[in-house]
Amino acid sequence: MSKLTPVLSAHWDEKDSFTIDAYTRHGGYKASAKALAMDPDAVIQLVKDSGLRGRGGAGFPTGMKWGFIPQGDNKEHYLVVNADESEPGTCKDTPLMMANPHVLIEGCIIACHAIRAKHAFIYIRGEVTHVVRRLNQAIEDAYKAGHLGKGIDLVLHVGAGAYICGEETALLDSLEGFRGQPRLRPPFPAIAGLYARPTVVNNVESIASVPAIVANGAEWYQKYGTEKSKGMTLYSLSGHVNNPGQFEAPLGITLREILDLAGGVRTGHTLKFWTPGGSSTPLFTDAHLDIPLDYEGVAAAGSMLGTKALQIFDETTCVVRAVLRWTEFYKHESCGKCTPCREGTWWLVQILRDLENGSGSEEDLAKLLDLCDNIMGRSFCALGDGATSPITSSIKYFRDEYIAHVTGKGCPFDPVASTLFSSAGAR
Amino acid sequence: MTTTQSQTTEVVDMITVVIDGFEVTVPKGTLVIRAAEKLGIQIPRFCDHPLLDPVGACRQCLVDIEINGRAFPKPQASCTIPVEPGMIVKTQLTSDVAEKAQRGVMELLLVNHPLDCPVCDKGGECPLQNQAMTNGQAESRFEGKKRTFEKPINLSSQVLLDRERCVLCARCTRFSEQIASDPFITLNERGALQQVGIYEEKPFESYFSGNTVQICPVGALTGASYRFRARPFDLVSTPSACEHCASGCDMRTDVRRGKTLRRLAGDDPTINEEWNCDKGRWAFKYITAIDRLAQPMVRNSDGELEVASWPDAIAAAAAGLSGAKAAVLVGGRATYEDAYGYSKFARVALGTNDIDFRARATSDEERDFLAAHVVGSQTTYKDIDKADHVLLVGFEPEEESPIVFLRINKQVKKRGLKVTSIGTKLSIGVEKLGATFVKVAPGFEAAAIASQSLTAQSIILVGERASESAGALSAVASLVAQSGAKFAWIPRRAGERGALEAGAIGNLLPGGRPVTDAAARVDLASAWSVDSLPTNVGRSTKEIISAVNSGEVTALVVGGVDPLDLDNSNETLSALKKAFVVSLEIAPSAVTQSADVVLPVAAVTEKSGSFLNWTGSARAFDAAVADSLNRSDVRILSMIADALGKTISLGTVSATSREIASLGLWDGARSTFSPTLAPSAVQLSSDEALITSWRRLLDLGTLQKGEENLAGTARQTVAVISPKRATAIGVITGDKISISNSQGSVVLPVLVEDIHDDAVWAPRNSRGSELLAKLGNAHGGVVKVVKA
Amino acid sequence: MFSDQDLAVMDSIIKRYPRSRSAIMPLLHYVQSKAGYVTNEGIELIAQLLTIETAEVSAVATFYTQYKRKPVGEYHVGVCTNTLCAVMGGDAIFAGLKEHLGIENDGVTADGKVSLEHIECNAACDFAPVVMANWEFYDNQTVQSSKDLVDSMRQGNPTPPTRGPKSLPTWKENSAVLAGINDGRANEGVQAGEPTLLGLKLAKEGK
Repeated sequence: MSKLTPVLSAHWDEKDSFTIDAYTRHGGYKASAKALAMDPDAVIQLVKDSGLRGRGGAGFPTGMKWGFIPQGDNKEHYLVVNADESEPGTCKDTPLMMANPHVLIEGCIIACHAIRAKHAFIYIRGEVTHVVRRLNQAIEDAYKAGHLGKGIDLVLHVGAGAYICGEETALLDSLEGFRGQPRLRPPFPAIAGLYARPTVVNNVESIASVPAIVANGAEWYQKYGTEKSKGMTLYSLSGHVNNPGQFEAPLGITLREILDLAGGVRTGHTLKFWTPGGSSTPLFTDAHLDIPLDYEGVAAAGSMLGTKALQIFDETTCVVRAVLRWTEFYKHESCGKCTPCREGTWWLVQILRDLENGSGSEEDLAKLLDLCDNIMGRSFCALGDGATSPITSSIKYFRDEYIAHVTGKGCPFDPVASTLFSSAGAR
Repeated sequence: MTTTQSQTTEVVDMITVVIDGFEVTVPKGTLVIRAAEKLGIQIPRFCDHPLLDPVGACRQCLVDIEINGRAFPKPQASCTIPVEPGMIVKTQLTSDVAEKAQRGVMELLLVNHPLDCPVCDKGGECPLQNQAMTNGQAESRFEGKKRTFEKPINLSSQVLLDRERCVLCARCTRFSEQIASDPFITLNERGALQQVGIYEEKPFESYFSGNTVQICPVGALTGASYRFRARPFDLVSTPSACEHCASGCDMRTDVRRGKTLRRLAGDDPTINEEWNCDKGRWAFKYITAIDRLAQPMVRNSDGELEVASWPDAIAAAAAGLSGAKAAVLVGGRATYEDAYGYSKFARVALGTNDIDFRARATSDEERDFLAAHVVGSQTTYKDIDKADHVLLVGFEPEEESPIVFLRINKQVKKRGLKVTSIGTKLSIGVEKLGATFVKVAPGFEAAAIASQSLTAQSIILVGERASESAGALSAVASLVAQSGAKFAWIPRRAGERGALEAGAIGNLLPGGRPVTDAAARVDLASAWSVDSLPTNVGRSTKEIISAVNSGEVTALVVGGVDPLDLDNSNETLSALKKAFVVSLEIAPSAVTQSADVVLPVAAVTEKSGSFLNWTGSARAFDAAVADSLNRSDVRILSMIADALGKTISLGTVSATSREIASLGLWDGARSTFSPTLAPSAVQLSSDEALITSWRRLLDLGTLQKGEENLAGTARQTVAVISPKRATAIGVITGDKISISNSQGSVVLPVLVEDIHDDAVWAPRNSRGSELLAKLGNAHGGVVKVVKA
Repeated sequence: MFSDQDLAVMDSIIKRYPRSRSAIMPLLHYVQSKAGYVTNEGIELIAQLLTIETAEVSAVATFYTQYKRKPVGEYHVGVCTNTLCAVMGGDAIFAGLKEHLGIENDGVTADGKVSLEHIECNAACDFAPVVMANWEFYDNQTVQSSKDLVDSMRQGNPTPPTRGPKSLPTWKENSAVLAGINDGRANEGVQAGEPTLLGLKLAKEGK
């Protein structure tokens, strides 16, 4: 019996999987028909019962989020799908939408019904044109088929390059036509979200998981996963492995199990460090191979499940270089609103560059950690917190390697060795 | 129509919290940072501003908070969190975590801040500098490369930005959007490159741009006129009152060695809160820039003005006035005390009621309306705050009383206050208020007013230009009577309301005493210790001018009047030539050219006094420039009266204030008001239109002289016609049109916009569009409009 | 620059939203589809259509990296240099392309064909190292394959994307797609790449 449980990915291997024909061939849009016949509160209860938790990183129970929407308030409600997948290492929603956009649309229909919204938006990042095409066509086809347009409208909104828009309130500001900078909370989106109306913001995978839950029932979903982390999810394996890719498995699987399936770390090499859920989640090492990859298991080991973006780095990789790159990313993507993130990432990059090129000092490590302490929990949103994760966790596990850069006055690693084409050399 | 203040007691929930071990009780909704202020605990901050929405961006005000024993896991921005019952707050004074967080944020703020305090205008009064001293650390650990920008950049001709100094608190951009509704400056780019800026083709030309300079917590925004001029510790500050309009702003005037270097908005929560307009802030150089009159002058037998001693000049004035049939024209910029001096001088020294403070287009309807309904009335800014509907009549708040605009706008933003404007052209300001615009032909406002339905909670704000449309004020009076709505008359000039209360008008004596009421005259005569006072209603400005030209009046005392502000400017100039003229002025003008005696007076910064704003409340001020030898008008009038042997005993401004206070308000009957009928339709040929206009806030006004940086932010001078007329005369936006009548013409670029088909609009007194001087009419007159 | 037909399209974009200001982002993409970048004319037009200030439009346009304030190439090439791609070859690819094209980051070749930018993680890490062209995926690139790619662009016959339409659309054409205009090419190309299907394949094999 396979450890893998393809549900979202069940039919991705069919050439026309993204078409409405393929989707309906496999029972598509039956779940929404079923849900529309139910009382909206019953749909919310069903999703609550299933134990589905947000797949965008934070793991908040999806049904509970829906339940926060005030009912009978005579206001418009909105559903906004967060398809701004940009967390480094994260690559699950994009192939999902490319291979099966209709499951997301059907999920939107069910969610709108549950929260009494007539209008849904999918906010997709702008750097994935072909996915935009697929979604746009799918929405058109869903309208033609009558799934949309009869009480529920769905608009695809295309971003334009800003990681911060994955933060839900920044996403809402962006969708309203402003600079995508996070908003003060409270008020929370459930009370005053899009256009200051009650709004649910859910990740693509969360919403796409709903049709199967409605079709098969909460009990079916509950059978998968661990005590508090129910169901199956997409794990994205990338980096120095023999066979990277998407693995849909029940929550709680371990990296060791996934690596076994994927043919292990790059042949001839060993695991050095990895991220459990994107670059904002503190790094793990080979000591963490058997940690159950569910919300509780990863948190207990000092990191976060995040987006289940398993980026694998082998022993050829310089951790200082890796962390510098991530830090440069946070600097580039800091929205600029708050001081700690804006100025802190500016400074962190300079210190890390010095360290990487060998002009840093041992005191810089203390300074880095103290700076991270002044950024973590002091920033306006989680971007600043995330920026500190790779730094603090890498110093925790690889302090000696930082020191080696100082004492050796430079990076001891050969960058060519870590490339995919290293065997053939950098042509 | 009496204005009664209905006092509703608002019940406010109070919440008690503990901050650094001290209990403090504050209204529900109070932010932690302000509750701490009540205890005298200063939490450092940059983005926080009490009049702007909380943003929590700078993170400088982090404190530790627990509520009912549950602590927040990380320090919270005290500028964004309202107090809650059971809240315990620990600031930097009692929490190591808060102290480190604040020190950490301060260090980060300084990472990219230049060390240019010694050459920065903000140095010495800089919140960043001050708080870096109190809440920062002496040594920076930053050894890297600072962010640099090209510096400075002009956001407008007046406002400059040094981006590398900016801490990105967004006070300026939030002010521009939330308070002024002028989002011409925004945050651009992002991350460490985020910066304040304009759209490259559109400068920061907001009437309120100066406030951003004042609230900038660092030296990033500076005003061109103050940049590199002074160090704050070399300045002597004096509280003052703005002389530019009737809004009534509290101001601060900063003087160094006898010269005014800058003016700032003061903080009066009932009036201007902490804001003012750019004219109030930056138009002060006229006092020194213009060619001031320095010494008295008397016209000699050759017809030339000759410098004279004060005793000789006073004697010459008295000699010319003695036995003459004299009248008084006093401009709308006189202080309350000076206006009172002119009022008493006319009655006691000249024995006439021929006095009028209205140096502008006027009507008898207006004079009667002012006496019956305005004098002594008490509508206030607070009534705008409470109104369910604001109706604007002949009034462009943003151009003519900017703080009234800000107050209406605040309520529009806060609670969607309904605003209706009856006017001839949709203005930028009215559009910003989201007002319902009721478009009328110039002169035909009355019918539109009558068709409004208001409630007792509504408020009508009537501008001085309502006098230019016959029947408009009558329609306002009847709408008020019918609906119970409040109303206020908002003149443009700072001194008009005071002059009305001082009786500087033909039908009123001081304190609202009707001239025609015998008891009122007796009351005043006894107070003034004179036998009697003239009994007939005095002539208006226009009537005084005609009376001079017809020989019925032979002498004029003129104080602060520009003949080109009158709608019969040619007639006025000839009257000035004809009469014996005593001119009290700060600078040479068209009056000086015809005056027989010229008496220099003090400018507003050189004297004490007060202005009554449109609500009727006074703001007193002392001389900001202490060592001026110039005298206030009232002192000089008192000297002339003495020379005439008809003493008015107003030797000082303070004596005058005391006398005004002792007189009090008339509690007898008001004069009655008989309505004026609205005009019937005018027939226009296809190339004819009715002219309409108002003065823009920034224009050719005398008090704006000498400040080119400010003038550079004025709105573009255009003439506005409707699409129908544009088609008819074959022009499109950007073409030029000529507007002419028998007196003259102006040629202006045209803007095709929403305006009544019968109308053509142009600014009243902007460069190239000096309507009163060129056309002698600025509202309701028939003009010819053709492609130029 | 903007025809009546363009204005009609822009109007239809605005009508997608309950509140017009929300249309600012697709309108900026649309301006790029016509002008190639965000021109002042485009900013002024959007401000006018949405009745907001030009400063508010430029504030938004400068926040997002996909909006360009100066022309880019007909083919805009982005090399992912975020950690994982950089380590696995992105750095070498980016250096190779700079040298090969003779331009720096954000540069455009003199013939206007190719522009180059280093980009952040593009959600295709299981295909690393990744290169994007006009925001279409070129998976598992090498220094040589990416050089071949830009050469094909300069020769006017660009190599098709790995996961995308059958041929590479131009920058302007793809900007229209990002503005929400359907170019009818959604059915072209594969439904998924091999790594995407790996878990499914293994599950089917019972592993």
